[in-house]
Amino acid sequence: MSILGTRVLRTEDPKFLTTGGVYTEDVVDERLEGAYHVFFVRSPVAHARITSVDVSAALEAPGVVAVITGADLADLPAIPPTAAGLINTAMEQRLLATDKVRYVGEAVAAVVTENPYQGEDALELVSVEYDPLPAVLGFDPDDSSLLFEAAGTNVGGYWGDPSALKPDLFDGCEVVVSQTIVNQRVAPAPMETRAAAAVWGEDGRLTAWIPNQGAQGTKADMAKLLEVEASQIRIITPDVGGAFGAKFGADPEHAVVAWIARHLGRPARWTETRYENLIAMTHGRAQQHTVTIGGSRDGNVQAYRLEIVQDAGAYPRIGAVLPMLTILMTSGPYDIPKAEAIAKVVVTSTTPIGAYRGAGRPEATAAIERAIDLFATEIGLDPAEVRRKNLLAPFTEPHRTAFGALYDTGDYVAALDKALVAADYAALRREQAKRRASGSVSQLGIGVASYVEITGMGDGEGTPPQENATVEVHPDGTATILTGTSPHGQGHATAWAMLASDQLGIPVEKITLKWGDTDLIPEGGGTGGSRSLQQGGAAVQQAAQELIELARERAAAELEASAADLVFDKSRSAFNVAGDPEATVPLTQLAEKERLLIRTVFSQPGATFPFGTHVAVTEVDTETGKVTLKRVITVDDAGVVLNPLLAEGQRHGGIGQGAAQAFLEEVVYDDDGNPLTASFADYPIVSATEVPSFELADMATPTSYNPLGAKGIGEAGSIGSTPAVQNAVVDAVAHLGVRHIDMPVSSRRVWEAIRAAQEERGPRAGSEHS
Amino acid sequence: MTRIELTVNGEKRSDDVEPRLLLVHYLREVLGLRAANVGCDTTSCGACTVLLDGESVKSCTVLAVQASAHEVVTAEGLSTGGQLHPVQAAFRQQHGLQCGFCTPGMVMAAVGLLSENPHPTEEQVRSGLEGNLCRCTGYHNIVRAVLAAADAQASGNDGSGEQPHRDQASAEVTA
Repeated sequence: MSILGTRVLRTEDPKFLTTGGVYTEDVVDERLEGAYHVFFVRSPVAHARITSVDVSAALEAPGVVAVITGADLADLPAIPPTAAGLINTAMEQRLLATDKVRYVGEAVAAVVTENPYQGEDALELVSVEYDPLPAVLGFDPDDSSLLFEAAGTNVGGYWGDPSALKPDLFDGCEVVVSQTIVNQRVAPAPMETRAAAAVWGEDGRLTAWIPNQGAQGTKADMAKLLEVEASQIRIITPDVGGAFGAKFGADPEHAVVAWIARHLGRPARWTETRYENLIAMTHGRAQQHTVTIGGSRDGNVQAYRLEIVQDAGAYPRIGAVLPMLTILMTSGPYDIPKAEAIAKVVVTSTTPIGAYRGAGRPEATAAIERAIDLFATEIGLDPAEVRRKNLLAPFTEPHRTAFGALYDTGDYVAALDKALVAADYAALRREQAKRRASGSVSQLGIGVASYVEITGMGDGEGTPPQENATVEVHPDGTATILTGTSPHGQGHATAWAMLASDQLGIPVEKITLKWGDTDLIPEGGGTGGSRSLQQGGAAVQQAAQELIELARERAAAELEASAADLVFDKSRSAFNVAGDPEATVPLTQLAEKERLLIRTVFSQPGATFPFGTHVAVTEVDTETGKVTLKRVITVDDAGVVLNPLLAEGQRHGGIGQGAAQAFLEEVVYDDDGNPLTASFADYPIVSATEVPSFELADMATPTSYNPLGAKGIGEAGSIGSTPAVQNAVVDAVAHLGVRHIDMPVSSRRVWEAIRAAQEERGPRAGSEHS
Repeated sequence: MTRIELTVNGEKRSDDVEPRLLLVHYLREVLGLRAANVGCDTTSCGACTVLLDGESVKSCTVLAVQASAHEVVTAEGLSTGGQLHPVQAAFRQQHGLQCGFCTPGMVMAAVGLLSENPHPTEEQVRSGLEGNLCRCTGYHNIVRAVLAAADAQASGNDGSGEQPHRDQASAEVTA
């Protein structure tokens, strides 16, 4: 029986459970001996001119070796906005702020000390004078206070042409519903914060240990930030304590640490505090949606419009590109005759926005799944029924949407039905009706969200998604795999070993996976966008197959037989001549003679589109607004599953984060742009008490785009669960006249929504006291 | 500098430390025991959880000097003779860890929890681990792992009652 599809326990676990992972801060390496410690002085104001920076007192403090300011880095190039050209090119960033600061948390200076406690002490001694300017906040900032004077506007740019929106889009619709929805800013908050350790060798090359999602991309970024040839940089990826999209590439701080190591001629290292992490690591989401949905009274959706405003934060980074993905997935799993979408990107005096689990796709799903519910409520039909009526029919040949996405395979109705059965939807509705009839304080809400998402995208038109792998069998019977993917919790060491083991007959425990060292693996796309298995895993399988063919030729020579007459016996990892078991040669013997190694690149014809349906069940206390998440039932179809243990783990994690966005988490700023959620005491990161155990139902519709039949599973959980939970909370109080509540649907917001609905209905509809 | 004398993972230690040195930094930087991690500044995340006289504590909020004359057990000291402790084994079996950063702290918190309440309900596990954050697992498999470990201990799979943490379960933390 093949090992593929089985619940193989992770080979990585014993280390993590006993001595712990070796994260960047844990790295002990002789090259880092005597390393200085770097601490960043960060802006305490949202928007201001820097009038002076006085480092003299800090330089006097014990252990302080140097204080670096923006002026010291003046020779380094400014960082252009992501998607420059589409985004206003004047919206540049410096590694350390020079003339202005544009968000609380922006790095202004770096203190370098002998030991870490000294750095914490000395930070306060750097005196920066600020001339405050009005904060720039919200989704519709005017231009009275400009973040970038040279840009002349706080609008970064547009995705799509606003004047191309069709005024007659909803002509002929019996019902049209519109709603403005905030998809709030959240913090990725990986448990390991950002860090770096850097040293320059005598050969003039930089070696930098950085927690990241792809060493090769981090190297490319570092080369640009430092204006150094990429060949002069070696990035090493230690264990990474979670990333969720926010550890792609290199950040300005990483480059500053490397610059300091070169400038001072000593290794340097940095680990950010959680406070810094919550204000200076990129945030996620931060979109405003205006959805308009129209259709017939019997439930057919005929037209849908999505108008997006993306708050990119102070500097347009990946956040500026997220709307492209949101627009691509506008119509989701539905067959909507007319649909259009547009996005405006604005800059605000807040932490820059980057990728966060799903990156642009959860936003699209959240928008249309709220829209479908609003439409269903308006026409008085069951939201699950409205979904069934409008989902695309099953397809096995690729389906091109109006937004250019090419869905590979899908059976969306089956996923919906499976989820409804698993949840016992009819029974839930009966229970809900009972509670409504009784006027119970504890009302039941049922939320449904169907989704399709995009995984494993390439770098753009003309570049197919691809990944490389190297497999080598050693004379001692072990094997090594090199991959361009970059696991940080996903379990690639186990999964990739399963794929190689399946081909080579070498046990999983004897196969070692290596990644994240750019000298060893110069190319690779890293791990993100749920790409790894479908491309990186497929590459490993392909490499192992090619290795067998290479070995077959060598075995033929060894056995003086025709290659075609050789049979590979996986149980012994050996070739033998068909019909003559005595004439045999094992892979180990071939590897002894000559290195037995294959490097290959696997290319996929395009991105894949996993899909599913989530059902959430909430209880809402109508007197206090308290929300309790009772159940989450999901069908997540990501094609063929390699290791159910790992796939379920990915789903659980995504569901947890997605649900947390729906009813708990939000990064909050006050009216002056001060962050109010800069610690785990203030940012309501989800804990074990706030979520239930999750109920997963399985469904696997293969893709033909790779031999594994696999699509991505890393982000699905966070895409379906957010609108399912939000819909469930609104549904719990819908009979009280509540139509919509923005996320996070906190107790306070629910309570306020109930009150507002009561007031709208008049005093007789409910009690007025509180 | 202040002299501290304590037992860490069964070994007697004696070191001169700065009075303000945190226990977690003592373990990591002085002893090189880096399983416990620092994940926040506010005693919120629990990545640094260790056992102090058998009771789980967040070592970022204990001074090294406060641990003097006491007994500390870290994740490194939990397994014996290359065998995973039943709680560690359950975490592996149930896939209760992904990136691993919260894991040593989570495991120690679970050990502490089970020594206080050997037969917890799911709700009790969840509330017992409220102070330990995990961003990867959605807590689902962590909860399953702790419940599985409790079952394993109940059926005697671990030589139950002989774990050092159990003997000291009732000891007061005087720090």
